[in-house]
Formats: sequence, structure tokens, C-alpha cells
Amino acid sequence: MSETPPPAGWTNHPLAQLTLVRFREFMREPEVLFWVFIFPILLAAGLGIAFRNRPAEVLKIAVVGPEFASAIRSEKLLDVQQLSEAEARKELREGKVALLAARRPDGSAAYQYDDTNPEGRTARMLADRAIQRAAGRIDPVSSNDQFMREPGSRYIDFLIPGLLGMNLMGSSIWGMGFAIVDARRKKLIRRLVATPMPRHYYLLSFVLSRLVLLVAEVGILLGFAALVFQVPLRGSLLGLAGLCVLGALMFGALGLLIASRAQTVEAASGLMNVVMMPMWILSGVFFSSQRFPDFVQPIIKVLPLTAVIDALRANMLQGANFALLWPQLGILTAWLAVCFALALKLFRWR
Amino acid sequence: MVEAGLKPALRVQNLRKAYKDVVAVDGLDLEVPAGECFGLLGPNGAGKTTTIEICEGLTAADSGEVEVLGLSWRSDGAELRQRLGIQLQETQLSEKLTVHETIRLFRSFFRQGASPAEVIGLVQLEEKRNSRVGALSGGQKQRLALACALVGKPDLLFLDEPTTGLDPQARRQLWELIEEMKKAGTTIVLTTHYMDEAERLCDRVAIMDHGKIIALGTPRELVASIGIEHVVEFAAGSQAHPLEAARLHDIEGVRDIRADNGTVRMQVSELHRAVPALLDELGRQGAPLTELRTHSASLEDVFVALTGRHLRDE
Repeated sequence: MSETPPPAGWTNHPLAQLTLVRFREFMREPEVLFWVFIFPILLAAGLGIAFRNRPAEVLKIAVVGPEFASAIRSEKLLDVQQLSEAEARKELREGKVALLAARRPDGSAAYQYDDTNPEGRTARMLADRAIQRAAGRIDPVSSNDQFMREPGSRYIDFLIPGLLGMNLMGSSIWGMGFAIVDARRKKLIRRLVATPMPRHYYLLSFVLSRLVLLVAEVGILLGFAALVFQVPLRGSLLGLAGLCVLGALMFGALGLLIASRAQTVEAASGLMNVVMMPMWILSGVFFSSQRFPDFVQPIIKVLPLTAVIDALRANMLQGANFALLWPQLGILTAWLAVCFALALKLFRWR
Repeated sequence: MVEAGLKPALRVQNLRKAYKDVVAVDGLDLEVPAGECFGLLGPNGAGKTTTIEICEGLTAADSGEVEVLGLSWRSDGAELRQRLGIQLQETQLSEKLTVHETIRLFRSFFRQGASPAEVIGLVQLEEKRNSRVGALSGGQKQRLALACALVGKPDLLFLDEPTTGLDPQARRQLWELIEEMKKAGTTIVLTTHYMDEAERLCDRVAIMDHGKIIALGTPRELVASIGIEHVVEFAAGSQAHPLEAARLHDIEGVRDIRADNGTVRMQVSELHRAVPALLDELGRQGAPLTELRTHSASLEDVFVALTGRHLRDE
């Protein structure tokens, strides 16, 4: 063997090689590509279509007796089925109709519905109005409706920042956690430590590869949302990019912490689920976290995913700048610092 | 390389390491001169891997001195890492990378060394250059691991059980590669529990058991030290003409006759006299010979003589 001088070119730098390895391992794993790039889009498309704002929904109701049935048919927002008493009750119990309207022998109207269901309450009001008007009631005040349907207040607008936050969390924690624990299980980490490789390069290569992949991940999801659903991007794009980077770094540190000791992939995935599951539910990915009781709100507010999603929504939907987001930024920075410091302290190179 | 010639490549003094309830290394002394191929031979659990990993700076010793290439891990760790080639037991390299990509990664860690193509040629993996690691056979993976250890042109090569789990052909191929390294003058320290591997590759062998060195020397010296030269094993006799084992003692140069399960095992000093005499004796008795094997005493026999156990009993 002849002595070769240190090879030239930045691609022969150990950090470049380690980062390239990260990309190669990522790109050669088709399942991971699906979960990171395709799945969020399918989820957004599915939920966006399922919860799209329909032009004034038509409610199904059951009516017993022909008199009321013809009266209520004048109401366009109700779909009337005339049924026998027994059939009507069955349909109501099974939730196929929102309301059962029946005429009592004395001529009064009897309504049966679930008063905790908004559809039931709406159907009752519409049916009653139709019956009263058919019977000759004249409303004393005339009314006039104007419709406002703007991007920004729809469910898809609420959903996209939530999915983006969830994606940042999932790909950072899984991306780092599994790769590190798998390398530890295969004793590959130990083998690398036996070379002159500077150890911080190993960790840094994960950060670098995550940041590059982040551009693709975020770009694809936001591009899809903006083009297909016209989801607004009202804040500065630079601020949005900054939030995504901070979020990815913070979740990366959390992933590193989770992977710092685990010896098996099973143990690590258990830990990841324990960490991520509460946030999927509590942090307002799919519905507002305000629905949880007041006494848990302070806890929900300091969860890292809540801070990320709140900040993303404020940027995208309200156009908030960094100055308005300082509570969320503070929470994220604190999580980043604590997780990273703990992970470095606990990390096992064997 | 110059200073390595003056000082021993590896010097270990009074090394101790205990895990929770097991003493893995129990007061070990070693000295390996530069250019030697040195073997740690012993059964599983003898403390070989712990010893070699302490020398590699991967495991901390409880007490004792380790000097590698005249340097110490405490003060010269970074320099040592540049000058050592290490192959660990059971490392699984990333299956998604190709052979060339893997070597290139390892090459990037070293200030100087061989080019990836050179090392791939050295371990005869040219045809597999662009294959994924996951698609390699066990022997090819092990040669790749060796290539990763060689890529920094090490002054000292540590190989921990380099052929464990390989089929005989792959083992022989790896032995030839290690012999090439020896010829090129690389100092090698390897562990093994195969006595034939130690006999074939090592200039000197330390036999380890329970964390201690129980014998040290060239394979020839070790074998000579137990005073056995050859072993004759045979099975003979039939219902009509059973073997009269007591008469075998009369054969010249025969010691220690053991009958076990119909097979007789004799230690003899001179094969060329003992075997014809044995055949004559069997002819006199009329006992038919059904099996006959002879082998020269080996390191396995040394281990048996010293511990009463076989190397691979565990």
C-alpha cells in the first residue's frame, strides 16, 4: 500500500461523509419516505375533504303523520321522511335522523331529539319554524342573511399547522431515535468510537441531515396545502422557516434524549410512544386544545408540540411576527436546552 | 514506525477488570514486540475480549498499566486512534450502504491512509465494490470489517475473533489476508477460540482462562511443554476377538492409554515406531481394526493438559 495524503475536497470531510450516510440510509428506506413525505399529504387531503365546509348541510328528520310532513317539506334545509311511530323511533335511536316530529291527538307538536347534539337542536328549530309558519305565524321582524366564507377560518386551515407540527415531531424523534438505537444495537456506534471520528460529528450529522430533509418535508406539505386548499400563509415565510428549524432542533434534542440509553429498538419505540402519544392528543393537532378542562391548560401550554403548533398557527393564520410569539419561542428554547444538555450527559456510546 | 521498533507495540502490566460479580481480567501481563502476530487463545468467557477492548481504549480497566505504541490512552487518545486498526466482535455495518461507501466513510476519519480502492483490492472485494453490505456473505462482511480496520494504515491491528461464525473456506481466505498483513510487517494482536487459527497465524500465543494467562510462548514451545508429541486414536476388536487393551502398554514409547466408548486414545513419542507396533499387536490378537487416526499434539491438547477441559466445552 502506498501512503496517500489526506484526500482533498469537502466530500471527504468526516462530517460530510457522516451526513451523506444519513441521507443514503434515509433514501434507501422506501417505507420511511412514505411516512415522511406521502402520509401527511394523504392525511391532509383526507381530512380536508371529510371536513370541508359544505354549503349549508341538509339534516335528515323523521315525521309521524302526513299533516306535519307536508308542512315541514317547505323547509329546504330539512330532508323529511314520513314513517310510522315505531320506525321513526328506530331511525332516531340509530342516529340516522336528527329529529323525530309527531303530531299529538290534541294537535300540538312533539319533538324527540338529543339535546347535546347540535344537529338535533338545529333540526328542532327549523322543523318548529316550518310548522308554525304553515299554521299561519308571521314573523314580526324581517331578516336578511349575508354569507362569509373566507380561507383562514376553515377546518383545513386549522389542520395544516397541526399536521406540520406533528410531522416535525414525528420525523425528528423517529429519525434520530431509531437510527441511533439501531446503530447502538448493531454495535456500530462502538465501532465508530473506535476510529478517530470526533464524536460530536456523529451527532451533528443527524442535525444537518434533518435540517436538509426538513426543507423537503415542510415544502411539500405547505405547497400542497397552499395550492390545493388555498391555506393562507399570512406571516413572514422567513419567520415560518425559523419556527420549523427551531421546532425540528428541539424535537431532535428530545429524540436524542430518548435514544441516549435505549439498547433495543423495541425499548426506544415504547419510550417514543409514551412521549409522543399525549402530545398527539393534547396539543391540538386535530382539534383545539381549548376543549380540555381549564385545570390541565397550563400543562398543555408548556408541551413542546403545543408551543410549536400554536406558533405555527399564529404565523400562518394571523400573520403574527416573532415579537408576538415570545411565550412559545421561550418554551421551545427551554425544551431544546434542557433536552440537549440532558442527552449529552446521558448518552451512551456503547 | 521507527519508535514502534524500539518500544514494544503493546505492553500491559497487572491489568484487572471486574464486572458486577465476575472478574473478567485478573492480573494480566503482556508484552508484544513490533512486527509480531500475537494471539490470545482461550474459551468463551476467558476474558479475551475484555482484555483487547481495554487495549483498544474502549473499556476502562479497574487497575493496571496499558501502553500502546509507547503511548497511553489517558494522554494520547486522539493520536492512538489515528494509528490503530480495530475490528470488533459482532459489529454489523450499515446494510444500506455499499462496500465502497462504507470504506469511504471510515477513510474520512483518518488523517492519512490507503485509498478506498486500494483497501477493497487488498481484501478482494473488487467485485462487490458497489454491492450493499446487506447482500454480502458472512465471509465478505468480515473482510469488509477488516478493510475498515486497515483503511488508516495502522501501526497496530487488533482483531477480535476475526473468523468466528465463518465457514471453513471463508476462514481460510481470511487467514490468507491476515498472513499478507503479517508479511507487510503490521503488528497484529488477535483473539480466538480456535486453536488451529492461533497455531497457523500467531508467532506467539497466550492461553487465557478465567482472566489469567496460563501459558505463553510460540505454538511450538507450548506444545512441547506438555511432553506429548503425537496422539493415536483407534477402534479395534470384534465379538469373537475383543481387544486386550492391557497388552498395548508393552508397545515402545506409548504413554497414557485411555479407552472411551470403544475408541482408544494413546499418547506416543514416535509415530513411525508406535503405529507399526500397534498394527503388529492387533494382528497377533486377531482383533480387526475399524478406525485409525493420528495427529500431532496441538494447542488444544495444551489447553486440555492445563485445565482438564476442552477449548470449546462451553
